[in-house]
Amino acid sequence: MAYVLNEDQQLLKTTAADFIKKECPVSRLRSLRDSGNAGGFDRAMWSRMAELGWPAILVPERHGGLEMGMTELCCVLEEFGKNLVPEPLFTSALLGAGTLLAAADEPHCAALLPEIATGSSLVTLAYHERGSRYDFLRTTTRARKHGLGWIIDGEKSLVFDGYVADKFIVSARTDGGVADRDGITLFVIDAGAAGLTVTKQSTMHLRDHALVLLAGVEVNGAAVLGSEGCGGEILEDVLDRASVGLSAEMLGNAEGAFEMTLEYLKTRKQFGVLIGTFQALKHRAAELFTEIELSRSAVLGACHALDHGLPEARSLVSVAKARCSDTAVLAGYEGIQMHGGIGMTDEHEIGFYAKRAKASELTFGDAAYHRDRFARLAGF
Amino acid sequence: MADHLEQFRERTRSWLEQNCPQSMRVQPGTRAPGELSDEVAWGGRNEHHTNPDVATWLALMAERGWTAPLWPKEYGGGGLSKPEAKILGEEMRRLRCKPALVGFGLTMIGPLLLEHGSEAQKKRFLPEVCRGEIRWCQGYSEPGAGSDLAGLQTKAELVGDEYVLNGQKVWTSYADKSDWMFILTRTDPDAPKHTGITFMLFDMETPGVTVRPIPLISGASPFCETFLEDVRVPKDQVVGDVNNGWTMAKALLGHERSMISEIFNEERERNLAVEAARKYIPGSEERIADASLRDGIAQLTMDKVCLDLTIARTKEAAKIGHQPGPESSIFKYYATELNKRRTATMVSIMGPQGLGWEGEGFEPSETQAVKNWLRARGNSIEGGTSEIQLNIIAKRVLGLPD
Ligand SMILES: Cc1cc2nc3c(=O)[nH]c(=O)nc-3n(C[C@H](O)[C@H](O)[C@H](O)COP(=O)(O)OP(=O)(O)OC[C@H]3O[C@@H](n4cnc5c(N)ncnc54)[C@H](O)[C@@H]3O)c2cc1C
Repeated sequence: MAYVLNEDQQLLKTTAADFIKKECPVSRLRSLRDSGNAGGFDRAMWSRMAELGWPAILVPERHGGLEMGMTELCCVLEEFGKNLVPEPLFTSALLGAGTLLAAADEPHCAALLPEIATGSSLVTLAYHERGSRYDFLRTTTRARKHGLGWIIDGEKSLVFDGYVADKFIVSARTDGGVADRDGITLFVIDAGAAGLTVTKQSTMHLRDHALVLLAGVEVNGAAVLGSEGCGGEILEDVLDRASVGLSAEMLGNAEGAFEMTLEYLKTRKQFGVLIGTFQALKHRAAELFTEIELSRSAVLGACHALDHGLPEARSLVSVAKARCSDTAVLAGYEGIQMHGGIGMTDEHEIGFYAKRAKASELTFGDAAYHRDRFARLAGF
Repeated sequence: MADHLEQFRERTRSWLEQNCPQSMRVQPGTRAPGELSDEVAWGGRNEHHTNPDVATWLALMAERGWTAPLWPKEYGGGGLSKPEAKILGEEMRRLRCKPALVGFGLTMIGPLLLEHGSEAQKKRFLPEVCRGEIRWCQGYSEPGAGSDLAGLQTKAELVGDEYVLNGQKVWTSYADKSDWMFILTRTDPDAPKHTGITFMLFDMETPGVTVRPIPLISGASPFCETFLEDVRVPKDQVVGDVNNGWTMAKALLGHERSMISEIFNEERERNLAVEAARKYIPGSEERIADASLRDGIAQLTMDKVCLDLTIARTKEAAKIGHQPGPESSIFKYYATELNKRRTATMVSIMGPQGLGWEGEGFEPSETQAVKNWLRARGNSIEGGTSEIQLNIIAKRVLGLPD
């Protein structure tokens, strides 16, 4: 079965759904925000999630993980998306463990993956720079050789969970021109390294993001992840998987927003009848449902291709990211519109979904970017 | 078990290789997407093909029951198990064999009779369907009853052992070429509209039946007006119970909708829109030079991937015994809307060459693309309009109130 969950996967998903429904409903997002919580999430809750094994899903057994695939991880991420759960599963599993695995760097994997699997260490990826838009190769951060080590200077923006991360994997140019594929090297750097400053960025969608400034940060030769100059390839692999993970979250966003909206259509009355009797709204709801079902297929298709190393994996990643971006944004917009005035208020949760959807759309390439990438991959 | 299937595959392959005439194998790239070529049997008394292979291929396949591989042997089918039928399909695709027989008999009325027909009806009609001896048309829509099908007015009054039919059907596809019609009639004018309807079958040569073809915007005339004046139909040609025709109608619409959403399988290996773009948009040897059309083509291709994945997902779920999930209700709606966009894009890609209707100055593929585009507008009308599909999703799947 390629596109239907097997029993184990279904169980994993149901467990996640039940846990999250009970412990992390979307209302918790507002209380975390209003309490001024620094990282935007709750460490005790994250530990409980680690006990359920979620950060260990992609980690190989020999490093203390569950050695499952993208399909399994996305089962859980979809549930995170449904309730906008702020705990850093996406970051830890895909940007942390994911980058280490893509680099296939055994010493770094052995050192870091066991801690990632237990949730005791949070590793994130700092690759994006202001002005690079969606081009992950465009890197102005520079690393200069210094004895046996390196000195790194530059600025990284919108680093996922950067404010609370224990370690950063930073992309820096060691060779080549600003947008070249070759000449990018990844470095593993401690959050406490001298010269590294982290500033929390306030984003519309309440996801922890940080600005990471590197001013003469010194690292030794062993900090290099994978091999020198080969970071571009690794980044493409990581961002492909991350795009699918984010797509699964967006699928969840869309479902969460849709569920809430459908409920409203069945309870709110105007003109003496339920607003769900109005055909103008019914048809839009049915169209949105259609988009959600197609998005689900896109996510399952991309996961299957990645888990089985199929040649069409990259194209299917773009199919998923484009489709889920469009669907999640639509679900947010339609959600606000169909709620009327209350949908515009901060008091109502539908707005959280709209903001999260837009932010995720603009991360790792929007729908137009991925259509263009799909066309390039197909040779047109 | 696996052994048996492998043997079946071997035997099937060599039989097809030996028996399928070369002219009944699709030459790559000759088929216009979404349109079956003329050179395939629809069956019936009125069929004439210049190519004798059409009839030969039909006779050979029918003899083995392989025009309806899953139907029981006693009714002219192949009596194959699902895995065997799948293998037959795979081997036919591998050799690019055209279907030996197509049409409403196999896809609509046959499955309905299997499920709801009397034993005598099955014995009488199904073998003829399998051998392609009768071609069927569908008499549902009337001038006053389209989307609101249950409002149909064609009267059927019982006189002795016969029903006497009076009324008019419209948009009857291929009525002029068909031998029999399956029809919805009103047998109880006083009952609530859904409960006074009866489903029956009659021979188009019965006195009182008049058919008038109606040209479409695409130039062809596949559908007709059908007038019924004192048409006498023996009682034993009623399918299911009298006044229970609406149940039959709904069962059959299910078959029809899944069929409509499956016919848009153009050749997967090729992207015809991309090929056309390279040809018609100068400077498109590498990237398609028109960025807006390129984006549109990518969107269409990706949407098709999502639809195919969804269909695959539904089939898998069905295989492990799940009821068709809510996702299947979107097929008719989405597939037809997608086909409209796809065929319209083909014409846009051709630019001024997309003006062609016939004759000098245009290639057959160009005029065909124009006709495909026009014909496709009907996809979201026939078999229940898109709006009706959305109504159904809203009500049955989303549970929205009336
Ligand atoms: C190519 C083609 C082949 C066909 N072949 C056959 C055939 O073989 N046999 C047969 O019996 N019929 C056939 N039909 C007829 C087809 O089933 C009807 O055309 C269809 O059901 C619509 O009915 P109508 O044409 O009366 O349109 P109407 O029902 O009058 O619809 C007009 C418009 O109103 C909309 N509308 C109607 N009701 C609602 C509602 N409740 N909510 C929202 N919008 C609504 C429709 O969506 C449409 O946009 C064929 C049609 C086509 C185009």
